[in-house]
Amino acid sequence: MEKRVTFKGIWLPILLVLPQLVITVVFFFYPAGQAIWQSLFIPDPFGLSMQWVGLGNFEYLFSDPYYRASFVTTAVFSILVTVVSMGVALYLAVLADRLIKGSGVYRTLLIWPYAVAPAVAGVLWLFMFNTRVGVVAWYLGLLGYDWNHVLNEGEAMGLVVVASAWGRISYNFLFFLAGLQAIPKSVIEAAAIDGAHFWTRFRTIVFPLLSPTTFFLLVVNIIYAFFETFGVIHTITSGGPQQATTILVYKVFSDGFVGQDLGSSAAQSVVLLFLVSILTVVQFKFIERRVHY
Amino acid sequence: MAERNGMVEKRGAGLWLTHLGLIIGVLFIFFPIWLAFVASTVTQQDISQPPMPLMPGDKFLENYARALTSGVNAPVAAMLVNSLIMALGIALGKIVISLLSAFAIVYFRFPLRKLFFWLIFLTLMLPVEVRIVPTYEVIANFKMLNSYQGLILPLVASATATFLFRQFFMTVPDELAEAARVDGAKPMRFFIDILLPMSRTNIAALFVILFIYGWNQYLWPLLITTDPGMNTIVMGIKQMFPSGDDLADWPVIMATSILAMVPPVLVVVGMQRLFVRGLVESEK
Repeated sequence: MEKRVTFKGIWLPILLVLPQLVITVVFFFYPAGQAIWQSLFIPDPFGLSMQWVGLGNFEYLFSDPYYRASFVTTAVFSILVTVVSMGVALYLAVLADRLIKGSGVYRTLLIWPYAVAPAVAGVLWLFMFNTRVGVVAWYLGLLGYDWNHVLNEGEAMGLVVVASAWGRISYNFLFFLAGLQAIPKSVIEAAAIDGAHFWTRFRTIVFPLLSPTTFFLLVVNIIYAFFETFGVIHTITSGGPQQATTILVYKVFSDGFVGQDLGSSAAQSVVLLFLVSILTVVQFKFIERRVHY
Repeated sequence: MAERNGMVEKRGAGLWLTHLGLIIGVLFIFFPIWLAFVASTVTQQDISQPPMPLMPGDKFLENYARALTSGVNAPVAAMLVNSLIMALGIALGKIVISLLSAFAIVYFRFPLRKLFFWLIFLTLMLPVEVRIVPTYEVIANFKMLNSYQGLILPLVASATATFLFRQFFMTVPDELAEAARVDGAKPMRFFIDILLPMSRTNIAALFVILFIYGWNQYLWPLLITTDPGMNTIVMGIKQMFPSGDDLADWPVIMATSILAMVPPVLVVVGMQRLFVRGLVESEK
């Protein structure tokens, strides 16, 4: 796509793109380049010089059982967050779509947790499940269940998943509801006249027609789980217990800033960079499809 | 759900079940926030002996005043100001630089135009989480730790906003630019008098999304604000927890959590239409 009518001048447009360009180069490309460069060295113990190790940091990284475990943790975490938040959102959107009146009210009531920061969501859920004062943990105790996410790895994972998914329901709900409302009512009525019951209609007509939205949300939610849930994990578990909730982004932070292992942290950044690139390409492919749909 | 008559419209029991399902969903969404609000209105005593009450107490003013004026490490009022400056700086900064670069890319033919476009596009692949250590070093070298510039600048470049404006400018009829040129108007006149007013709704919708994005930042402020007086409210909450075995000051922490969500929630609810539009547009 190109404009037919344009203005003359070379210096003005360059001046106009300059602010964005400078910030992009200084704060995006230079640091990314640094990460790639640093990933090929290890600093000596006093931080005075750097020693070239080639791909040594990567070899070391992938032979580290904790790093490999972090991949698995990230996969499990992302899949769970995506499934839980999309499942609940789809359920609510289907219900809201059935209403002729009042779906707007529910929309207003359901969308605002979008505004709650992941880190704040983490604090809210931590408060409910706190082993000392948490109300939910206390009632679970009454039922004979001894909740302790500080020690139990499964419970820690469950808690960060629910806290991450909770804030994301709004977003998914909005897109699902919009997708459902875009399906022509005549198609559904035709199926109803043919005697198809609700579940049959949903399975054979609604869900397939919704698939562009679903694909799009799948990709966007996985990106969210990978990169934007740091706040939830940092506030609730700090990656523990035993690194059970240390996802890749958390590990870059804990190795780079807490552990000061710059070579390894830089190598991890490069691995992440590679993962984002793949996800971005996939996202664009799906969005292309969504637009043409 | 039973639907013997196969009707699409719901009546009677089906309608009530639909409402019931939605109400359960709304309660699930609200419950954590309600508990936080209750906790922010009672005494530490009420919380430390579980189960805590489920109805608000009478310590609302006391707890919020204590949070705002003294907090735990720093007064929360100062953190609110920091968050506001950061969120506004990021939102307005992104909008301004994106408007300018989109205008240049759409309305001019200049050398390296395609290259600039791709450079901006590539930033999509470089979220701050991926480049934290080196970006931190850049900010440290510029002596921007514990400063607003340091909080704002690394998050200001935005491919999404640039694309959105580019997309929108492409739909603006060519006749407008043609007429401006015939009238001998300078490009910047055209930009200010015609393009900007036409982009009003897009700017507002984007502002809502970007304000929330900026307000809710966590990792970046955590890294570069070591001075409690520069903490933003969202990252400051975690800093209020004691490191050892001491009991956290829950009423103040929960009051702070509520204060941290009020501004973005007000923006979303108050500008719901723009918010939905901004969300859908910026994801395209």
